[in-house]
Amino acid sequence: MAQATPKIRILQGAEPDLSAATYQIHDESHTIGNALRWMIMKNPKVEFCGYSAPHPSENHINMRIQMYDGLSSLTALLEALKNLDDLCVTIDEAYTHSMQNDQYERWDEKS
Amino acid sequence: MASSSSSHLPASVFNPRRHVGVHAERVSDVASTEFPGHYPGEDHSWSLAKFKETLKVSVKRLSQRSVEFDLVGVDASIANAFRRIMLSEVPTLAIEDVFVFNNTSVIHDEVLSHRLGLIPINVDPRLFEFRQDIPLDRNTLVFRLNVTCERIKKASKDGPQYINEYVRSGDLEWVPQGEQESVFASNPPAATNKDIVLAKLRPGQTIEMELHAIKGVGKEHAKWSPVATASYRLHPLILLNPSKPVPPHLAQKFASCFSPGVVKVSPDGQVSIDERHLRKETMSREVLRHKEFEGCVELKRIRDWFIFSVESEGPYTPESLFPESIKVMRGKIASIREAAEALLADSQDLGSGSAPAASAGPDADGDVEMA
Repeated sequence: MAQATPKIRILQGAEPDLSAATYQIHDESHTIGNALRWMIMKNPKVEFCGYSAPHPSENHINMRIQMYDGLSSLTALLEALKNLDDLCVTIDEAYTHSMQNDQYERWDEKS
Repeated sequence: MASSSSSHLPASVFNPRRHVGVHAERVSDVASTEFPGHYPGEDHSWSLAKFKETLKVSVKRLSQRSVEFDLVGVDASIANAFRRIMLSEVPTLAIEDVFVFNNTSVIHDEVLSHRLGLIPINVDPRLFEFRQDIPLDRNTLVFRLNVTCERIKKASKDGPQYINEYVRSGDLEWVPQGEQESVFASNPPAATNKDIVLAKLRPGQTIEMELHAIKGVGKEHAKWSPVATASYRLHPLILLNPSKPVPPHLAQKFASCFSPGVVKVSPDGQVSIDERHLRKETMSREVLRHKEFEGCVELKRIRDWFIFSVESEGPYTPESLFPESIKVMRGKIASIREAAEALLADSQDLGSGSAPAASAGPDADGDVEMA
């Protein structure tokens, strides 16, 4: 075993100013890949964003981000992560609120 | 547009941009297009305020084993993330190590061990840690299985002949370790269902085993999955064409193309959609098989209206599974964020120009090294 794999690393070929870069995220899958890709694409400063899970036996995803105006893709990634977290909190609150306050059918399920 | 006599659906549901087309042999407009730059002059950038306005979560049915709820106003990637997490990343406990001291039953050690692994255990996984290497009272739960079958002396002719003819999940005896005795005093660890038959015995056959249950997640093995199913479907929508009404003499036939209650027929043969029952529609597409209804109706689904159905099988109550999946999702986001912030700090240390990629790139042949 080598030393622990870093959670994120930037793959070769990234622009020096990180205006275009591919991030390899370790131990993640389509679960976070697609959700994060969607949130990054919601940013108007992003020219392109896509991800791939290169191979089933490799435990990582590659996330490609290209920015307009030479902006940093790392900043866009961080912003998207924050927004995605806000989204999770909002959904959690809405679900809890509905569970506590809404009228819904309760039924007895035989197992 | 559709009849809105009993308007249970909000008007925004009829916005064609939210529709996925369902045709006889294909679907259309599957992908969402609401991204910045797609529609000139429209702003589709992320806005938390706007999201809060459009998001609707509404619980529909709840039993002690399952829950059905609507999640409206999110993209498929988000809904799918939660579904995937419920299936494979919400932790539970399951038997992982089996020490066989004696097994003279007809079922092989490895087959029985596999069956044991699949038993759902009623312990709250939040009280446990993942086992790294050494078993401790904080990460391992120990059970014993010690069953011998015997003939009942003086058994009645038509009653049971043997004791312990069936080995059931209820025969697992919990062996408390360390602090566990006090922590689980009120709710001793056991199988959630005590009636699962694990093996069948005949007189003289015996099973003696020690079982270690540990915490894990469903992506490693499905035995750690906390759900029986976690799935969603999109809300169905039926749009009648006002310029080509269904002929009154065919109204009953038209109605029978849909799930019961979805299409209403008035005494004079006018058809309308009962929006309260629309979610029951199975979308069988039967109506599209009949020439006489061509152009009368369009079948749609609403792209951002997810009807979730989650069945719990294990320690979690059905209503707590979705919040648990959100917790796991936030944990993932937090760990990526931490790493990304470290990367940002690194790149700033290196100054403005020098590539932070150089040190972390693949090796000389361009391959990505596996750990």
